[in-house]
Amino acid sequence: MERKLLKMFKIAIRGLVPLFMLFVIFSASAQKEERIKENKKFNERCFACHKSSTYTYFNPEMDKKVRDKMCPDRVIYPDEYYQSNHYSFKCTDCHSEEYDSFPHPVYLRMEEKYACIDCHGYDEDYAQYQFEQIEEEFLGSIHSTKHSEDFNCWMCHDAHTYRIAARSVELIKEIIEYDNLICLSCHANIEKYNLIMEGTNANILTTHGWLPNQALHFKNVRCIECHTAVNNDILVAHLVQPKKDAVHNCVECHSANSHLMASLYKFRTIETRSNVGFMNGVILNESFVIGANRNVFLNKMSMGIFILSIMAILMHFILRLITKK
Amino acid sequence: MSTRLYLYPVAIRVWHMVNALMFLLLIVTGLSLQYSSKDLEIVGFNLAITLHNIGGITLTASYLIFIIGGIVSGNMKHYKIKYKGFWNRLYKQGRFYIYGIFKHEDTPFPTSENMKFNPLQQFSYVLALFIGLPIVILTGWAYLFPEIVILKIFNLSGLLVNDLVHITIGFILSIFMFIHIYLCTIGPSVKNTFKSMITGWHE
Ligand code: HEC
Ligand code: HEC
Ligand code: HEC
Ligand code: HEC
Ligand code: HEC
Ligand code: HEC
Ligand code: HEC
Ligand code: HEM
Repeated sequence: MERKLLKMFKIAIRGLVPLFMLFVIFSASAQKEERIKENKKFNERCFACHKSSTYTYFNPEMDKKVRDKMCPDRVIYPDEYYQSNHYSFKCTDCHSEEYDSFPHPVYLRMEEKYACIDCHGYDEDYAQYQFEQIEEEFLGSIHSTKHSEDFNCWMCHDAHTYRIAARSVELIKEIIEYDNLICLSCHANIEKYNLIMEGTNANILTTHGWLPNQALHFKNVRCIECHTAVNNDILVAHLVQPKKDAVHNCVECHSANSHLMASLYKFRTIETRSNVGFMNGVILNESFVIGANRNVFLNKMSMGIFILSIMAILMHFILRLITKK
Repeated sequence: MSTRLYLYPVAIRVWHMVNALMFLLLIVTGLSLQYSSKDLEIVGFNLAITLHNIGGITLTASYLIFIIGGIVSGNMKHYKIKYKGFWNRLYKQGRFYIYGIFKHEDTPFPTSENMKFNPLQQFSYVLALFIGLPIVILTGWAYLFPEIVILKIFNLSGLLVNDLVHITIGFILSIFMFIHIYLCTIGPSVKNTFKSMITGWHE
């Protein structure tokens, strides 16, 4: 009798535990939904001014509503913001609560910004991204070593639009475009470049004139393919090297053991959706790289046909010698 | 056969020389691209690309001149296949190459002013010059301007399909070349036909 009760109790517990877990997850996600909704509502207060090139405010001195220009750099597009990694945030999660008043207090200008590592460092939830290693790599990069703290993660990861691409976007070409625009935001845009350094930036098109089919290359490889050292532990290498160490050798990519497999196609390689018969087949789903994508079958077959024809010719020749013709 | 025929005027000899040299260059550089590797480079990749481009452009130019010149001069007539009894003649010539020649039979279709090529030559030249070569040239130019290539063909990269066609036909043409060169050793003596391609005179 007692054992039967115990058994029933155990069964009940076994059934209840998952049910309870489900409830926790559900309520947690419901909570998150709720929080996002609230944050969104709050953000409207900031977007009221920050989402377009003009804004209006009530001027008590003049006792009327005033319309004014918003500097383009202060404009944030809600669409982009809500697609970014930090879509669930309210503005004041990163900025001071005091921004909720207008005019914004002057001293907020000096407000210290968070660094990625402040929130993401040593956090189990983000272990797959290896923030610590990325930071280490970044600190060794040419950008960081030459420009100390002026150059930080936000320079490439726009605070209000950054979203992961390499591990989530389907089309390789879109990833490439997204990632390259990050580099070009300075290297093809003197205003942002000058935030870091005075003077003019070298024209990317002329400095890469040695690369044939340049337009095609820039659509099919990322800047970081050539400018960073591959690191097996992280998906997107961050160690931007001095220009003398950049990949210059075509065969780094155009060969059977293509460098692209360890960088651009790394994530796909792990997922392995290969095209059978081709070397580095994953590349073929969207691209084709001379020298890297050989068809093993065709190669073998052509070798066979070649040998056969040479043998046929030789035999014919020998027969001719024998019959003296 | 002591009759001398002036079969290859200067223009054809020059074309042929350019054609053959470019073809050899394209094969070497093409193989080097296809089998490019970090450890062993027959020709450096960058150099190979440049040479392959130059070779392809020169080959195209010489090909166009050959076609236009051929039409103007009438050399094209040698490439016009007469369909009546064609397979029969092809068979005869084929039989000669794999059997008759060893029995010291005479060539079934001796070279003449009107018939420069035997049926097998004619057939293989037509295939090589008017089917193979145009395909290789077109796919080669498509590579030079990759933006004109259709991006997707049955879910495969257009460039990949383009490449497969290019290398497959290119390979077949290389095989053609080997056999072609070998068949040129058949004649009164091994050197004979090559000599006529240099002097123009067939004996
Ligand atoms: C009434 C319009 C208005 C509202 C509402 C508003 N802002 Fe602003 N904000 C501005 C203007 C104008 C500037 C640029 C002038 C300045 O720096 O004060 C600005 C500048 C800023 C800056 C940049 C300051 C700097 O010095 O770089 C931040 C950050 C900012 N706002 C955050 C917020 C946040 C967060 C909210 C919502 C809680 C918000 N703003 C609401 C008008 C507004
Ligand atoms: C994940 C943290 C984060 C969130 C969330 C965030 N910001 Fe920012 N914001 C920053 C950082 C960091 C900077 C400084 C950027 C830099 O130094 O390049 C910044 C800068 C700004 C600026 C100055 C202009 C600029 O781009 O440099 C404005 C305006 C601004 N934020 C408004 C907002 C508003 C409005 C929201 C909410 C819709 C918001 N921010 C949400 C981190 C955040
Ligand atoms: C104020 C704390 C904070 C800062 C600063 C911050 N993040 Fe985040 N980040 C978060 C939180 C919290 C999430 C989860 C958002 C969600 O899913 O609701 C997140 C999400 C992400 C994600 C997506 C993770 C996933 O699995 O969906 C990435 C990638 C990321 N952050 C990168 C960065 C980078 C790069 C920086 C610096 C440029 C940065 N973060 C700065 C708190 C922060
Ligand atoms: C020179 C530009 C640059 C700088 C500086 C930079 N990053 Fe990145 N980072 C990139 C690019 C490009 C990507 C690829 C984005 C994508 O496609 O998802 C990336 C991706 C990431 C990712 C996502 C990687 C993944 O596994 O999906 C994280 C996390 C990240 N960066 C963190 C950081 C941190 C932390 C810093 C500062 C220590 C930093 N980044 C500085 C350019 C930069
Ligand atoms: C195929 C490899 C490759 C790609 C792709 C590539 N680069 Fe480069 N890059 C190089 C090499 C090699 C050099 C060194 C050239 C030299 O020193 O003559 C270089 C030089 C540079 C320089 C230094 C220019 C100077 O002389 O000051 C910058 C900046 C640069 N690249 C940025 C970029 C950006 C941004 C992208 C993406 C749009 C990019 N690169 C894509 C290989 C590449
Ligand atoms: C915030 C602006 C900014 C962004 C974004 C940026 N760079 Fe730079 N980069 C610079 C500046 C400024 C220099 C000049 C450094 C110097 O010479 O002191 C530079 C220099 C370089 C150099 C040349 C180093 C040398 O040896 O002279 C390379 C290569 C380079 N960047 C690559 C990249 C790549 C790849 C990306 C994208 C992942 C990128 N940069 C994104 C600002 C930027
Ligand atoms: C960072 C890797 C990388 C390097 C380095 C590189 N390439 Fe490429 N190359 C590619 C990719 C990717 C493509 C585009 C494939 C596609 O269109 O899908 C390409 C395409 C090409 C094409 C066009 C072929 C076609 O499909 O029409 C040529 C030609 C070429 N590369 C030559 C070179 C030469 C020459 C060099 C050295 C100077 C070089 N590449 C260096 C990755 C690279
Ligand atoms: C794939 C490249 C080649 C093609 C497409 C080709 C094609 C041709 C053609 C069409 C002719 C007839 C010319 C005419 O009179 O109109 C010919 C003749 C000849 N070719 Fe080539 N050729 C190639 C390569 C070579 C090479 C590499 C050699 C030798 C090194 C060679 C040796 C000869 C000789 C000796 C003749 C004259 C004999 C004959 O009439 O068959 N060819 N070739």
